[in-house]
Amino acid sequence: MRYLPLTPSDRQAMLAVIGAKSIDDLFCDVPAEARLDGPILGLPNHASEMAVERHFSELARQNMTSSHHPFFLGAGAYKHHVPASVDHIIQRGEFLTAYTPYQPEIAQGTLQMLFEFQTQVARLFGCDVANASMYDGSTACWEAIGMAGRITKRTKALLSSGLHPHYVSVAKTMAQYTGDTLHTALPELSAQTDSARLLAAIDGETSCVVVQYPDILGRIEDLSAIAAKAHAHGALLIAVVTEPVALGAIKAPGEMGADIVVGEGQSLGVGLQFGGPYVGLFACKEKFVRQMPGRLCGETVDAEGKRGFVLTLSTREQHIRREKAMSNICTNSGLCALAFSVHLTLLGEKGLRGLAQLNHALAVQAADRLSKIPGVALVNDSFFNEFTLKLPKEARPVVRALADRKILGGVSLGRLYPNADALSNGLLVAVTETATSADVETFAAALQQILA
Amino acid sequence: MNSIKQSGWKPEMGGVGESVPATYTGNKALMLEEALIFEIGTTETTGVDLADAPQVATRLGNLERHSDIGLPGLSEPETVRHYTRLSRQNYAIDLGFFPLGSCTMKHNPRLNEKVARMAGFADVHPLQPVETVQGALAVINELAVWLIQLTGMYGVAMTPKAGAHGELCGILCIKAALEARGDPRSVILVPESAHGTNPATAAFAGFLVENIPATSEGRVDLAVLKARLGPDVAGVMITNPNTCGLFERDMRAISDAVHAAGGYVYCDGANFNAIVGRVRPGDLGIDAMHINLHKTFSTPHGGGGPGSGPVVLSQALSPYGPLPFTERHADGNYTLVEEETAGERHPRSFGRMTAFHGQMGMFTRALAYIMSHGANGLRQVAEDAVLNANYILRSLEDVLEAPFAHSGPCMHEALFNDNGLAEGFSTLDIAKGLIDEGYHPMTVYFPLVVHGAMLIEPTETESKATLDQFIGALGRVAERAKAGDPSLKSAPHHAPRRRLDETQAARKPVLVWREPEQAVAAE
Repeated sequence: MRYLPLTPSDRQAMLAVIGAKSIDDLFCDVPAEARLDGPILGLPNHASEMAVERHFSELARQNMTSSHHPFFLGAGAYKHHVPASVDHIIQRGEFLTAYTPYQPEIAQGTLQMLFEFQTQVARLFGCDVANASMYDGSTACWEAIGMAGRITKRTKALLSSGLHPHYVSVAKTMAQYTGDTLHTALPELSAQTDSARLLAAIDGETSCVVVQYPDILGRIEDLSAIAAKAHAHGALLIAVVTEPVALGAIKAPGEMGADIVVGEGQSLGVGLQFGGPYVGLFACKEKFVRQMPGRLCGETVDAEGKRGFVLTLSTREQHIRREKAMSNICTNSGLCALAFSVHLTLLGEKGLRGLAQLNHALAVQAADRLSKIPGVALVNDSFFNEFTLKLPKEARPVVRALADRKILGGVSLGRLYPNADALSNGLLVAVTETATSADVETFAAALQQILA
Repeated sequence: MNSIKQSGWKPEMGGVGESVPATYTGNKALMLEEALIFEIGTTETTGVDLADAPQVATRLGNLERHSDIGLPGLSEPETVRHYTRLSRQNYAIDLGFFPLGSCTMKHNPRLNEKVARMAGFADVHPLQPVETVQGALAVINELAVWLIQLTGMYGVAMTPKAGAHGELCGILCIKAALEARGDPRSVILVPESAHGTNPATAAFAGFLVENIPATSEGRVDLAVLKARLGPDVAGVMITNPNTCGLFERDMRAISDAVHAAGGYVYCDGANFNAIVGRVRPGDLGIDAMHINLHKTFSTPHGGGGPGSGPVVLSQALSPYGPLPFTERHADGNYTLVEEETAGERHPRSFGRMTAFHGQMGMFTRALAYIMSHGANGLRQVAEDAVLNANYILRSLEDVLEAPFAHSGPCMHEALFNDNGLAEGFSTLDIAKGLIDEGYHPMTVYFPLVVHGAMLIEPTETESKATLDQFIGALGRVAERAKAGDPSLKSAPHHAPRRRLDETQAARKPVLVWREPEQAVAAE
């Protein structure tokens, strides 16, 4: 077997050193009734590299890819062009096959990268500090709600109706066990968000207000008023960013007073990958750092006075604090954080701003084109690279009909909110730098035909 | 043992002389220092070429970002060089032996990377119509079937994102099952030797955590456990093979006792690598077990993730598993059970743990690995992993104290303690000494139940020659620690950095880079 270096004679020699007659002797502590005599029946035996590759090629062919078809899906996962050097760097064995940097003297590569990543995330979000990543945006979001509870010692969380419904579901799941009370609502197909509802509901028992920016329908709203009212009542504002590229064009949540900013970093460097692995971003004000979940990388010096980096403040974490830890998270999303960081380094401020401008301009053009189709209305007044269309009929079958024509034409709100009739005509359309004007035209023509 | 010197270096050659002059750059030949992107990049530099944006009237809600973000850019050549230089300051499996106990640092086959990058998997969106992602759903389903078969369990939850997330999944299933039968129990029993994630997970789910001691041979004390069981005990979380590297001989009896008392058995499957293909946890009465795909099934650790932690479930707990999951129909087509159809297909689910469908990129890699080995190869994986660990245990038990050497064979990892070292010398010194020898140290100070623990997991992907060289190196470092060699206290001497001041890092945290004048102002 190609991954196993021991030869039969090695095995014999090693058994002799151990003093065992056979390999079975080493499994003597397994109760007899649980021992398997041979390979599990009904499962195939080993396969060559070529055979495995062939199997996967076969399955891969059955998927319609974003790279070969006009593509307009978003809703928390965005297609951006990832420069080739990003993938090259994350495939370097020294990054790919390293472990969590618990031995800092021989892990400075990963640690310095994490320090740079933390700084990039903090600046992008307009926050003081950021951690070394979470699993993804949805889990970062509920960790933030939990953190707000620890800080405020309150349990009432107000969730904007513009928060991604999967993020709401995850928070609801966790709230069943943590005793938090979540106040949620369904969004409306309107240019207006539900910030009035949120503002009215903030009171002295509120732990946090959670607002997505831009929100699930693509709307962009100033968070300052919510931040001010939350702070006046001793509550925190948590902002959720599922499309970090937007922050090359619009104000950072931290600038508007958000206390904790979390997000999904998939847009930069990571790729779609059918939903994972992605990378959770987590930033906050410096005064809350000791309540943060997850790993943190910090600067220090070595015995010769040279600058170096280590994992730090680990008394927050499970391997030290056990049942009193801030979170149970251990493994996070290190390699995706590297991809994010490399992509953002390649872009730089200039590139990120250019990319954001390009996304927005193409989205504006596409929104204008698509809303000219008879019966189609643009819901948003404001948006970045994703907007909501109101179709004259249910959007879900329309998306399927588009797929039949080899067009991946957005996410129907029916898929995201299956039981909300008022939303069923809504179609979310994301337009990034990867969509050509020909793609938009193909999409528009097909949509017009299907709706006719 | 010390006769093996594959590098050609001999101890009498000594270390690098300290009399050599400092270099102007701070670099030493191939040992290259690298500044931060904030020190070498500029906000004017970019490494991408973008089309100019068409002129449009913006619709950003009057929220244009005018202030500087402060993100430095590098050109492409500078970027590649920056990260390549950083990479050279990392130890990795590709570079050498990485015997980190409980972490299973085995070879990561590149075939797995190749298949994960096929456009049909890498470039598909999680919310595409299911008709357009049948191949992706097939991968999830095929892996799910393998995991069920290999563990002898009833169902599997594929979405958990890492081991600790999988633990949470299993514990929430237990909580939901207890609630469903109107039996709110409050206590989870956890052995003292457990991973820190176990008590942290149970506490998050609202359980009180109580420790169960180990016997002198390093296994769960069955008598104490049985005595503690009662109507308030929701279940146990047991690692098997345990973190002392031993198989829990009484696992079946533990499961039976817990079930008889109305509780459930969670197994931390971090160490499944030792028994895959030789033992099915389902035959031991387990109700839930997470499988770290990044350990047993060789998806890369990536410097701390991403991982993936599917949870196999018993028939009793399967109805409570999370959304979404795949279903295969008689016609060979796949669908996803999400919130929409959950009411009909999976009404007792405890809910959703994450957006989308789990770590697809890890599923492709793990399935490629599993198929490459097959049923016979996976059995050989466990056998070679256990053989390698026992070879290390028996080759070093006269050099270092192995507290459970008398407890029978170890499984996939060998445990030593720091007894017998010279006054003032500890496990940490041995670990740092190993760095100078060109190794990543073993896991140190875990499990907590052993003083100065050193937990060595060689994995099955190491050759006998590699093990022999490591045994020689560790033996020599241990002798230096016993003899009180002062140079060991200041090891490592040859790494990119000497020992780092972790106390300063924690006392005055510097978590982001600031312009020097800002940093001074913040003092």
